[in-house]
Amino acid sequence: MPEFITEWLNQNEIFTAMTMMEYWDGLVSTVQLVFLSLVIGLVLAIPLAIMRTSKNHFVSGPVWIFTYVFRGTPLLIQLYIIYYGIAQIPGIQDTFWWDIFKEPFYPALLAFVLNTAAYTTEIIRGAIVATPNGEIEAAKAYGMNWFMRMRRIILPSAARRAVQAYSNEVIFMLHSSAIASVVTIVDLTGAARNIYSRFYAPFDAFIAVALIYMALTFLLVFLFRKLENHLLRHQRPAGSS
Amino acid sequence: MLDLKGYGPALFEGAIVTVELAFLSLALALFIGLIGATSKLSNNRVARGIATAYTTLIRGVPDLVMMLLFYYGGQVAVNNLSDFLWDKYEIDFFFQFNPFISGVVTIGLIFGAYMTETFRGAFLAVEKGQIEAAKAYGFSNWHTFRRIMFPQMLRHALPGLGNNWQVLLKTTALVSIIGLTDMVRVAEEAAKAERMPFHFFIPVAAMYLLLTAGSELFIKWLDKRANAGVVKGG
Repeated sequence: MPEFITEWLNQNEIFTAMTMMEYWDGLVSTVQLVFLSLVIGLVLAIPLAIMRTSKNHFVSGPVWIFTYVFRGTPLLIQLYIIYYGIAQIPGIQDTFWWDIFKEPFYPALLAFVLNTAAYTTEIIRGAIVATPNGEIEAAKAYGMNWFMRMRRIILPSAARRAVQAYSNEVIFMLHSSAIASVVTIVDLTGAARNIYSRFYAPFDAFIAVALIYMALTFLLVFLFRKLENHLLRHQRPAGSS
Repeated sequence: MLDLKGYGPALFEGAIVTVELAFLSLALALFIGLIGATSKLSNNRVARGIATAYTTLIRGVPDLVMMLLFYYGGQVAVNNLSDFLWDKYEIDFFFQFNPFISGVVTIGLIFGAYMTETFRGAFLAVEKGQIEAAKAYGFSNWHTFRRIMFPQMLRHALPGLGNNWQVLLKTTALVSIIGLTDMVRVAEEAAKAERMPFHFFIPVAAMYLLLTAGSELFIKWLDKRANAGVVKGG
């Protein structure tokens, strides 16, 4: 090993078991936050996307406004509005909601859920709109009603078209979650900021966390590639395994 | 009417800082993107490797972490360099990193990577026959790039550029975290002091919405102009 690396490792006072634990706790809260937001966001996005494709403007209009506003403003502002705003709702401090929302985790989760739901809604809408008309006609010819058509034909076929764009959204969400550290949540970035200010060692603290984020990103890319291969198996040329 | 409690002028100045930051970062990102795309498409293996490493690196790390690294790390690096130069050569060199410069550099570098991908795709979309024709006319490499590749590439790059610009605009909000007094920062201070979060954040959100909606219209118009001579199949 080059001399400067061994030297650096010998006098390393930063990456002790203590700080490693801090990074680990940060990793746990980042993963929790991102995973929960994505799951809840996806569950919200599916009905919203179906509403968004409705021909009735009273159904699609409100969803359009929701996605337009949440996609047109920075997530940081949404987080600030929810984090600082919830405490200002008159009377909330007397209800049980306050016990939940006084922890910074839940306002942040709410902001992330709404944001990712908005982006995911538009992704799924795009995929639904792109359904070949023949598939729908065939389903109608088989006598499927609207619900069955949605469940058996449109949504599964839309999921295949949406998965690539959705994988980008997932990575985007992982990266956006770094701003949770601004509202005092000790996620990965929050842990790095604490370690930076304790040792005044910006390179060590932030490069370490950058590497962790990078590993997470590549893990996600890998998993989504597997999923895409699985979902788009029928499109592979014949003969290739 | 909206009463901004005397924070109106500060918010307005903050909005101008946001717009300046966005445009300067865009200029840097476009510059880096062009260099990145040409290196990715070049025959030089080293240039290709560096460009690929750069785009992979940037896309793996959150914007905020990058920004914190440049802002805090940049200052420490300058301090060290300053000490070193003084000890060794007695050269007095010092440079105070400010949030604005760190913001422009970070956002420029991040979006430079996205622009690289956009431009790369757009260069590949230019028909090969065009380049062959240019060669047949005896155009030099640079001449082909400037007269044939670049103008035609721009048309294909426009939708991607538009998307990147919208995301860039929203990313500028992050620079308030490292202390730049942009409109987000002013609104945050005002909201805390007056205990009126909705009152200050919603106008700022509306301002961002106005900027993104305005750019959307502008990009649509540009796209229409750029594709004026193209006959759509169908």
